[in-house]
Amino acid sequence: MNLDERLENVSVIGAAGKMGSGIAVLLAQELAKLKAHNQGKIYKLNLIDVNDAALDGLRRFIKAQVTKVAEKSIVALRSIYADRDDLVENWEMIEAFVDDAFSVIRFGSDLKMAADSLLIFEAIVEDEAIKIRVLKELNELCGEETLFLTNTSSIPIGFLDEQAGLSGRIIGYHFYNPPVVQRLVEVITAQSTQQELRGIGAELGKRLRKKLVPANDISGFIGNGHFMRDGLYAIGEAERLKDKYSLPGAIYIMNRISQDYLIRPMGIFQLIDYVGIDVFQCILQVMRKHLGDSTLQSDLIDRMAERGILGGQRVDGSQKDGFLKYERNRPVGVYDLEKGEYQPIEGKWKEDLDAAIGPLPAGFSPWRNLLREPKKEEKLSAYFQNLQGAKTFGAELARAYLARTKEIAKKLVQDGVANSEEDVNSVLTNGFYWLYGPINDYI
Amino acid sequence: MKKLRKKVYVTAGYNTISLGSGRKEFRPKEPRPGIEHYIKEAGEGAIAQINNPDNIDEGVVTNFMMARYNRQGNRPGFFPMIHPALRYKPATGVEGACGSGGLGLVVACKTILADLADAVLVIGIEVQNTVKAVYGADYLAGAGWYAGERKQGHAHFFPAQFSDRAGACFEKFGKEKVREGMAHWYVQAIENARRNPKAQEYHNSTEDLYTLAMTPPNPKVFCEHINVFDCSKVSDAGSALIFASEEGLKKLGVSKEDAAEVVSWGQCEDDITKPPPDLTKLTTTEKAVKLAYERAGISIRDIGVLEVHDCFTISGLLAMEAVGAVGYGEGADFVKEGRTRPDGDIPTNTTGGLIGYGHPVGASGVRQAVDILHQLTGKAGDCQVEINPDRPYGMLISMGGSDKTVVAMTFRKTE
Repeated sequence: MNLDERLENVSVIGAAGKMGSGIAVLLAQELAKLKAHNQGKIYKLNLIDVNDAALDGLRRFIKAQVTKVAEKSIVALRSIYADRDDLVENWEMIEAFVDDAFSVIRFGSDLKMAADSLLIFEAIVEDEAIKIRVLKELNELCGEETLFLTNTSSIPIGFLDEQAGLSGRIIGYHFYNPPVVQRLVEVITAQSTQQELRGIGAELGKRLRKKLVPANDISGFIGNGHFMRDGLYAIGEAERLKDKYSLPGAIYIMNRISQDYLIRPMGIFQLIDYVGIDVFQCILQVMRKHLGDSTLQSDLIDRMAERGILGGQRVDGSQKDGFLKYERNRPVGVYDLEKGEYQPIEGKWKEDLDAAIGPLPAGFSPWRNLLREPKKEEKLSAYFQNLQGAKTFGAELARAYLARTKEIAKKLVQDGVANSEEDVNSVLTNGFYWLYGPINDYI
Repeated sequence: MKKLRKKVYVTAGYNTISLGSGRKEFRPKEPRPGIEHYIKEAGEGAIAQINNPDNIDEGVVTNFMMARYNRQGNRPGFFPMIHPALRYKPATGVEGACGSGGLGLVVACKTILADLADAVLVIGIEVQNTVKAVYGADYLAGAGWYAGERKQGHAHFFPAQFSDRAGACFEKFGKEKVREGMAHWYVQAIENARRNPKAQEYHNSTEDLYTLAMTPPNPKVFCEHINVFDCSKVSDAGSALIFASEEGLKKLGVSKEDAAEVVSWGQCEDDITKPPPDLTKLTTTEKAVKLAYERAGISIRDIGVLEVHDCFTISGLLAMEAVGAVGYGEGADFVKEGRTRPDGDIPTNTTGGLIGYGHPVGASGVRQAVDILHQLTGKAGDCQVEINPDRPYGMLISMGGSDKTVVAMTFRKTE
């Protein structure tokens, strides 16, 4: 059965979640295109989530997202609808495309809706037991033709396959957040993964215009394999610095070092908040179990989670408070565990810390400015050259961070998680929006 | 018509800031002033330069597509809003797509020549940032022939029309040469705009404009032969100026030094349902310019400052050929050699043009007249060029659609 046939009936489980809703948008637009080309054929996209109440928000999200996609692909839309005499202006075609997308979607909370699906995307909570239970249930509901793509970012695929009894009909298809924007999909094939499914995964990636990077079936894969250790390093550094600068001060310092000195899209603590402190904790736990590595643990993360300070995002995409407090998605405070309140990032407190780390090395440009800079490599290279020679405390911390992040990346290749250094760099640049890979000549 | 039957002057010119992407104060997601604001600001800006608004006899409001951008019709209804003294005075709305402004200038001239008024206030406005560009493209496509062209047309209808013109020029005159000429036009537009505090590109700080201008086109998301830098801006802006008879100037209390004289105009219309006869030429523009020259008894050698309708960089090059500044196919070289720059032989679009100042579509013709007036009266600020006494004339070309609705108007410093 080819991909086109399989796309006639698709389900997304956990469709109202952060990842599921993004995957739903990608599939909705793909199915709408197929429908436009094959008028009269019936396509079904079942968007299933246990959280019934969230489905209304999902509907609005999909409408807004599919509209945005249609607006951006208007040049292509005009040729898709070239034969539709009733559609003349751009807005009419955009509206028609959104209608086509909605005409294939069925919303619901009952897993049974997926019974006839030939492709099922699983994007439910990152919890082993729940994932296994749902996959088992689906396996009983669906026929033997059904293939599963799981969005797990840490649980070994072979383990899920065995536990749910899927006989190799599952592949790891790990989208990055937000799936509509991020180009990267980490593809994890277990030894047991069927050949046909590997082919379907590759073709689907092309259709969705994603950059597919293969990762081996080792818990955490490349993305979290790097991110968890990178985050733990920053947490460790913050704990080392806390005596001198207090914990909030140390968190502020490491967040700035990672964002400014290392020219990343966001500071490391902001990124942990973005992912969600509870999600971070959960992934650590999964990796600890499967890798048998007791260092994949953090008291600080556990204490934050215990307090219920979890970060993550609201339905409207705005950032919830975590390690940092946010106003208009910008950090304005740092959580003080002792006081149970946020230390505002302002005034003398901020000035003293900024003075302690010292000025940025010459040649610094913020991440946002370099993103579209044609001579990006040249500028980065010159900046990091200056970072090497800089005598400030900040530069010292940044150099150590660069070295550690490189070491983590290299180890992923040594341990056989990634096939090449290039694949690790590709995950960080495509999935995390870094301007440069962790394996570089800057350190 | 050889010479105008009596003297017509322009005075009291005013342009608002052209708001849109590029301006630091532009926040696409926040509420912004509407058409009312721009009509009022522009109108008041003109009125502030005369003794008493009672002395304005009539109004003309030019605009292209407010019916869609702003869901508003009845253009002239906003004229009395500018000042209580204008209530119950005659006002006329004018529309001719991107050439609306030029038509407004002509209507004002005719009214004065017909002895129906001594002072006519012309206001041009367009407020386009109410919708995303992808929908704006639909509205702007109305400058072409909807029933005959829109369905087959490109998503970005007008950019594609001029992309086709660029493509035809590439083929006929050599791609490299024309492409370079287009890039130089962009550089010139931005550099001029940086001297004009009202310009949309005033804050532009890109170091290497030329490299940017040479960005290869991406037909998957835009057009085949042009990039976004080849295009004029999406703008919210308004412009105003007053046309007056000799008597009118006296009534307004304006001295001749603060006015310029309208010498002639040429106005031509081509059939919107027919494709342009030659993509490598602005045929209608050429005819309108010829009429304007003949009626004034001048030629390009008398033009000391020029405003052309550079809706796209390629239109700028073709316009230089249409006005006779240079031969057929040589526009690119002319621009590349810097001859349209403020210190060149024919300073052109000295305040940035449609690419640098912005292109509030139905207002652009009025804006051009204001800028010519300012140049001829020494009020162009940092954009001021020296008007060569041997070339004392200014000229503007206002063009609607793909060379369909054209007005070329010439002006001279008062004696």
